[in-house]
Amino acid sequence: MANARISRTRLTFVHVALIIYTIIALFPVVLTIMNSFKTRNDIFRSPLTPPLPSTFSLTGYNTVLGQGDFIGYFQNSLIVTVASIFCVLLFGAMAAFALSEYRFRGNLLMGLYLALGIMIPIRLGTIGILQEMVALNLVNTLVSLVLVYTAQGLPLAVFILSEFMRTVSDDLKSAGRIDGLSEYAIFFRLVLPLVRPAMATVAVFTMIPIWNDLWFPLILAPGEKTKTVTLGAQTFIGQFVTDWNAVLSALSLAIFPVLVLYVLFSRQLIRGITAGAVK
Amino acid sequence: MGNLQLKSIRKAYGTHEVLKGIDLDVKDGEFVIFVGPSGCGKSTLLRTIAGLEDITAGAIVIDGQDVSVTPPAKRGIAMVFQSYALYPHLTVRDNMGLGLKQAGSPKAVIEERVKAASGMLSLEPYLERRPAELSGGQRQRVAIGRAIVREPKLFLFDEPLSNLDAALRVQTRLEIAALHRRLKATMIYVTHDQVEAMTLADKIVVLNAGEIEQIGSPMELYNKPANLFVAGFIGSPQMNFIDAARLGLADAKTIGIRPEHMALSRSEGDWRGTITHVEHLGADTIVYLETEKAGLVTVRLFGEHDYMPEETVFVTPDRSRQHRFSADGKALAATV
Repeated sequence: MANARISRTRLTFVHVALIIYTIIALFPVVLTIMNSFKTRNDIFRSPLTPPLPSTFSLTGYNTVLGQGDFIGYFQNSLIVTVASIFCVLLFGAMAAFALSEYRFRGNLLMGLYLALGIMIPIRLGTIGILQEMVALNLVNTLVSLVLVYTAQGLPLAVFILSEFMRTVSDDLKSAGRIDGLSEYAIFFRLVLPLVRPAMATVAVFTMIPIWNDLWFPLILAPGEKTKTVTLGAQTFIGQFVTDWNAVLSALSLAIFPVLVLYVLFSRQLIRGITAGAVK
Repeated sequence: MGNLQLKSIRKAYGTHEVLKGIDLDVKDGEFVIFVGPSGCGKSTLLRTIAGLEDITAGAIVIDGQDVSVTPPAKRGIAMVFQSYALYPHLTVRDNMGLGLKQAGSPKAVIEERVKAASGMLSLEPYLERRPAELSGGQRQRVAIGRAIVREPKLFLFDEPLSNLDAALRVQTRLEIAALHRRLKATMIYVTHDQVEAMTLADKIVVLNAGEIEQIGSPMELYNKPANLFVAGFIGSPQMNFIDAARLGLADAKTIGIRPEHMALSRSEGDWRGTITHVEHLGADTIVYLETEKAGLVTVRLFGEHDYMPEETVFVTPDRSRQHRFSADGKALAATV
């Protein structure tokens, strides 16, 4: 490709760097998926070779799908993740709109207070959270996880979204007010569509830690009915014997839903409907 | 119908006062333009009339009704913004009709008014397009159309031409003038561009630092500026201000003469000076010179002239067109 602005050598370097990064990033994922299709002996004997006809085995998947309620775990993970993302986006965007749009006493302080959570890990409050959930009778429910993850995701969401909402043209909101739109209509119909790329960013940032989290499911919802995928995969890791086939298969399966969600959101990331709205 | 009274409007952000008591009367059908340097409060004043900003004190009266605390949609106004502010996800048709739809007008009425407005602005071919598919000039016409459709008592324009390129600006300016003649509606227009102000307005309001400096027709402001600020703000190139003491005049502090009210000659005249720069514009020639008696002055000559920098020339001001200002910047009665 002839490009007047970027020289060929530079382009090559950029590509080499990106390819190396891609390999490093994909390596553990590929290793996990590859080995999940191999027999136990081959996983240990030659972990880096892809499954050959002689070493191919579905034992892991059979164990995973046979033992325990893995479909149920998936369902739990999905419900928790989707519900949390929904709450984080809705409440985060509302708070961000208020902070960026309205002048009120303590606006700055409120913004700082809401951003504080980015710096303080929510896990520090685990004991308090557990006591609270026990008191509310929410232990071993998915609601408890959704509540905790919403709290965990809100600070970053408010921070990112309020920055983005400041960039939405004031004139557009004024035009809406003159046309008689309510503040809710301005928020939902004018502002939200324009910050969709930022919402997608927040969704991705929120989603991955929630899906991968082991800590809170272990503490707040370890029951069989409320187990999430990451927690479910742990059942195959024992103190003396670990069923690696099953662990790797469970992890491979766990990648897919999150991949689908990611693709869904990243589509929004690319879409630029704001073009041409204001100058 | 559409007259407007502003009664000592004040607006403050905390302790910072942006509008310091604005009184203004706008008659039905008038085209009033607010001009002033940036930060003078002209946009804020327009936004308070629209109801987008609350006023700290005073009253806004539209058609005899105090609307000081009425929400924008109920004031009977429509506004056109500098950045167009079209709804990006709606078609041109829906952009224009949204205000009426929100107000609960019947579909047929909306349809009819959108049709009339788009006809007036030759927007019919674009009704089904979204703003992103339109050029800048078309977008601004849609924004104007959206205002027309509402049939407001007052049209408010907030620097509507500032985002357009020079040629389009002139064309849209003419369209707005034609629109005003046709609709006979009251229009209030904010701009920092004095050419727009001079060409469109029935009445210009010059604002500075939150206060009205002068209200008058374009020619009143040009011929009888009330103070130094207005004298310097209206007219381009700017009026020459000369310290009266240097000219040996005792009855004023500053003498003002517009560049176009001075004659230049190679042989004789009142003030001798050296040319520092010449701008040839075709229709005009602007000559900058350093005079011995009056300091740096600008002279505007009509047509083409072959003056060169470094040349020594003589300037003669037209005494009948000179302005005199007192020490506090107020204009004094015309001199002989």
